[in-house]
Amino acid sequence: MTIAPPVVRSAPPTGSTGVRSASVSWMAVPALVAFAVFGVLPLLGVLLLSFTSWNGLSPDISFTGTDSWSTVLADPRLPHALWVTFLIMGLSWLFQTPLSLLLGVFIAAHKRYRAVLAVLFFVPLLLSQAAISITFKMLLDPNFGLGAGLGAEFLQQDWLGDGTLALGVVVFVVSWQFIPFHTLIYQGGIRQIPTSMYEAAEIDGAGRIRQFLSITLPQLKYTIITSSTLMVVGSLTFFDLIYVLTAGGPGDATRALAVDMYQRGFKANLMGPASVIAVILVLVGLTLALLLRRLGGRDATESQLEGV
Amino acid sequence: MKRRTFLSLSAGTAAGAALAACGSSGPADTGDTSGSEASYWFLSGPPGEPVRQGAVDRFNKANSGGQIKVNPIQNDAYKDKLKTALGAGQAPSIIWGWGGGGLKSYVQEGQVDDLTDWFSQNAAVKDRLFPSSFGPATVDGKIYAMPAETVQPIIMLYNKEVFENLGIQQPPQSWGEIMSLLPKFNEKKIAPFSLGGQSRWTNMMWLEFLFDRIGGPEVFNAVYDGEKDAWNNPASIQGLTKIQELIKANGFIKGFSSITADSNADQALLYKGKAAMELHGSWSYGIISAEGGDFIKDGKLGYFNFPAVEGGTGDPSNTVGNAGQYLSIYSKASAEQKETAKKFFTSLLDDTEQQDWIKTGGVPIVKGSDAKIGSSPDAEFLNFIYGVASNAKTFSQSWDQALSPTAAEALLDNISKLFTLDIAPQQFADNMNQVIGK
Repeated sequence: MTIAPPVVRSAPPTGSTGVRSASVSWMAVPALVAFAVFGVLPLLGVLLLSFTSWNGLSPDISFTGTDSWSTVLADPRLPHALWVTFLIMGLSWLFQTPLSLLLGVFIAAHKRYRAVLAVLFFVPLLLSQAAISITFKMLLDPNFGLGAGLGAEFLQQDWLGDGTLALGVVVFVVSWQFIPFHTLIYQGGIRQIPTSMYEAAEIDGAGRIRQFLSITLPQLKYTIITSSTLMVVGSLTFFDLIYVLTAGGPGDATRALAVDMYQRGFKANLMGPASVIAVILVLVGLTLALLLRRLGGRDATESQLEGV
Repeated sequence: MKRRTFLSLSAGTAAGAALAACGSSGPADTGDTSGSEASYWFLSGPPGEPVRQGAVDRFNKANSGGQIKVNPIQNDAYKDKLKTALGAGQAPSIIWGWGGGGLKSYVQEGQVDDLTDWFSQNAAVKDRLFPSSFGPATVDGKIYAMPAETVQPIIMLYNKEVFENLGIQQPPQSWGEIMSLLPKFNEKKIAPFSLGGQSRWTNMMWLEFLFDRIGGPEVFNAVYDGEKDAWNNPASIQGLTKIQELIKANGFIKGFSSITADSNADQALLYKGKAAMELHGSWSYGIISAEGGDFIKDGKLGYFNFPAVEGGTGDPSNTVGNAGQYLSIYSKASAEQKETAKKFFTSLLDDTEQQDWIKTGGVPIVKGSDAKIGSSPDAEFLNFIYGVASNAKTFSQSWDQALSPTAAEALLDNISKLFTLDIAPQQFADNMNQVIGK
């Protein structure tokens, strides 16, 4: 599960560096070596393992051809895990993007109290996912959690015991942690928009909302794509958070691909099928990242500041 | 004190993935020890660690030759770390474990030594321990592990204060009585039973007892032996139906699927009077005495063996749980290391270690260890546990420990769905029949 991001992030530079400036291309060597050893090599290993049967204990690994693939592809757990993964991905994108965008606009303004708030917003990002999950689990405990402590009936739900609620909790906790990060990206993007644009719009009589819709949003196109790519591809690798929070439960309501992979590999001792899931994860991640790049248009260098 | 948790740190996973990816079996180098020095990995953390460490220290002091080198590992990471080390051929000379299905999978890969002959040569070592403790150490009639430490049966715990306040004289003596008591508790907004349902194995303990009381240990043994469609046994369907009846009658605390056993919130419900009873391992006693204030001191904790089910054929003295903890010898350890390990085995559970375990609220798996309980402040409870363990006609293993990891994972999965009423008893049986023998 830790394999997908490096593949995606490092792939673009390898294509273009050599052509443009051959003289400095050696500078990429350390990164390339690290990528090959820790990214490509294990990936190939997992690909090989996906055609074998291995229980993780035995010294001999036997090649069983496409057995693991056909087992996994015929297993109804796979479409379910894919569905859960995409649901978490989609919902957390829908939840995070508007909020981070608005928060980004808010803290982009140069005001001292907002700078202080920005620092506070940033705190969740600094916490470990396991610690966050354990904390939320305790807060959500129906008998000793927040709801019981405050005497608030509506907070005393079966948060992690009901499939729909549990999924909602996962999406919420993920968003709670990552909104600060995306807020920061948007803040940076907004600060790069020339103030002259806003000044011109103000002279033309455009209100705040109009300015936001006609200047801020279009100017942030690439920032949105970057942030979305990180959200979408990143959500494929959510493991620790889900695992600690719900362990994929109740039943299999929150068993996303990464959790399914872990359970097959390390709980059920089926390394072959687990590797198949790992390969599927990489493929899904690559496809999504490529699709999102396409969304940004062919020429990413195209100017957005015409007439300024 | 938790039996084990299913949480695993991603660090261990990453290491495992890297190793898995390389696919190398590695040289037969057992850790970083040499010569006759044997390595020994065990669970860290109180209350067990100081006792285990003490046993090793006394052994190392008494023996100038082969020494034991320990590596205490956190509960959560232990299983994965050991699995990775075994796969890579780097396991310790002495492997600490839970016996049962996990041990069986090591045996099948030839990772641990057969100790049957050694035990017949050293009958004294074997005969002083509870015979039931050898069950989980035995695979296909051969003994592959040295039983050690304490016995931990699953028992019913109840809050005496709650019972008194509701005018209930004694704990329920049968399943029928349990069912008829439910409305009494629910009327007063007290949950009849506490349950940490998110952990899944907590739910499993209920099925283990119901199956046993209804049809005897044969019902699960048929599954263990891989008989076709063993889950379709009428006793099994009846047990599954009974548990769903209990759930539908609000037998368990509301929202039990959100409660984890790891946080000990389920025990807290019991000693805070929000739940009247709980089915849990004997180790909960230690948790309640540590976290429950004066609950035990004030004599509010009651306990009894799981009651009989009307019309059932199982012996009500039977129990389920951990019959002991287990030490195996890694097959790739050197002959000298194996010799040291065996010498260490004979030194285990000496008087000092037995006293240490009793101090932690555990009953050592040694016959007559009840004689040492006398002076303990927890004597009443320890004697009860000693009685349950030594009187049990059959001491069954936890199902998830007995089954192979593949089948155990499917079992826990389906149990979780059974308890949320997502699947009916017959569906449960159908799903589980598919993984029999896997």
